[in-house]
Amino acid sequence: MNTDAAGLGRARAAGFVLPALVLIGVFLVFPALWTIYLGLTDYRLTGLAAADPQVVGLGNYTRALTDPRFLSSLWLTVVYVGGSAILGQAGLGFTLAWLLRTRAGPLRRAVEGVVLLSWILPSTVVGFLWFALLDRDDGTLNALLHTPGLGWLLDYPLLSIVVFNVWRGTAFSMMLYAAALENVPPSHLETARLAGASVPQQLRDVVFPLIRRHVLTNLLLISLWTFNDFTPFVLTGGGPEGRSEILPVYVYNIALKGGELGVGAAVSFLILLINLVFALAYLRLLRGRRRAAGRPPA
Amino acid sequence: MIRHTIGRLAATVFIAVVLAFFTLPMLWLASAPFDATPAITTSIPEFTLRNFAAILDNPYALGSIRNSLIQGGGAAALVVVLAALAAYALSRVRIPGRDVLLYVLLLLSSVVTGTAAMVPIFELATRLDLIDTHLGVILVVSGGLLPAAIFILKDFMDETPTTYEESARVFGASSLQILRHIVIPLVRPGLATIAVWALASVWGGFLFQFILLRDPDKAPGSVILYTLYTEGGSPRLDLISTFSLLYSLPVVAMYLFVSQRYGFRFHGGIKR
Repeated sequence: MNTDAAGLGRARAAGFVLPALVLIGVFLVFPALWTIYLGLTDYRLTGLAAADPQVVGLGNYTRALTDPRFLSSLWLTVVYVGGSAILGQAGLGFTLAWLLRTRAGPLRRAVEGVVLLSWILPSTVVGFLWFALLDRDDGTLNALLHTPGLGWLLDYPLLSIVVFNVWRGTAFSMMLYAAALENVPPSHLETARLAGASVPQQLRDVVFPLIRRHVLTNLLLISLWTFNDFTPFVLTGGGPEGRSEILPVYVYNIALKGGELGVGAAVSFLILLINLVFALAYLRLLRGRRRAAGRPPA
Repeated sequence: MIRHTIGRLAATVFIAVVLAFFTLPMLWLASAPFDATPAITTSIPEFTLRNFAAILDNPYALGSIRNSLIQGGGAAALVVVLAALAAYALSRVRIPGRDVLLYVLLLLSSVVTGTAAMVPIFELATRLDLIDTHLGVILVVSGGLLPAAIFILKDFMDETPTTYEESARVFGASSLQILRHIVIPLVRPGLATIAVWALASVWGGFLFQFILLRDPDKAPGSVILYTLYTEGGSPRLDLISTFSLLYSLPVVAMYLFVSQRYGFRFHGGIKR
């Protein structure tokens, strides 16, 4: 793909990239660098340190890394990302794409319709919808299950936000895998089936090698998005007793509620580093022969 | 054969369960706005349209939908144009460190859009005189959306064969002409998808809009939704449910329009 078929040339290519880079530079990279700097200071929302923040070096980092609340929040986030993004969104999304691949008609349209609708509805609206569903006294779910008074958000806060995020985000994975599966020639699957391969074998030996690149893109994006997802705050506020306090909510509670902007910024940088580890792990796992195998045969 | 039938039956049952799971939370949105005495529980409504009259009386409700249109539409247009140009160039020309750059920007975008960068972004907007302007919201959210948009669109561009471009070049087309007449039509579903994705994220966004806009006349619907409380602080379910429904309609309508007309997919490749 690096043949420069359009005859762009380096100069014109740079001109095409520049507007986006300028906008990203000013409104993304610059605030990011500022945040990294704030992480090295004792900057606070109010009080003396708000007017004249002092550089405290790595103090914020050692504080965060030894804070049991940070460590438990990190663990909750790993469970949240693993359960809702990797198993939930990617797993359910792929299953739906695989099952709907051979179907047409109203059932397929209905499933795709509601899955996409749950993704496209405004997040603020979605917050209210899930409140109405999970409410302790009058929630629709308790009415359906005949379990009045069961406080889902209080008794199962982590499970609630995991299920919520699966509901909210599966559409992206489903769409991506549906497009990817179109690149798998039906004749390959047919051959494998005639040779007696079971469905898991077909998936492993025929489908997966062909959609490696899509899997990488999918896992990378949904993990990043879920890792930094603030929406669960609307449902549980991180509680009760921090049992659903994932890292973005922890940052909010420390930085804006607790007023310790410096510590919050430091934790944000730690989140960035953890995300980097995730990204590198995916790249390593899925790189292999992806250049050769990931291209659909012409 | 029997195994095949059982498999297909199990798949249908599974799909039905998934369908129910995804539909359940939305039922409230379909029933409460039409209910004379809406409660949290989803129920067959005692039908009325009075709630719609009540929400139209709210001084900020309709204006806030207009604000959302300006902010969401502006950001979507900006993101699609800039991301398409950048993704095309990055896909076709080898720039040293291209992939690393994309991954770093992607990482930054997902972290910086969080709560920690609120203070820097607020200060930056203040100094650039962007507080209380639609442009401020558009620029800030676009900066956060662009890396993922470029990342997804570059995949689309990579999947389009370069042979068309080569032949257009032989006939003397300029690179902007090639982009406009050959590449854009080929990746149109991708552009449409990115536009819907960008607009939907801005439409439901709360945090940036909340800190960048002080004037309620400029606030989008996602912020106004949180003002629909009684003086005692309890939510006015009639107004909230009705406004939620009204506020959801434009994005859903846009999605339907775009997906009918241009297709909706998150990955490129020529359809077989």
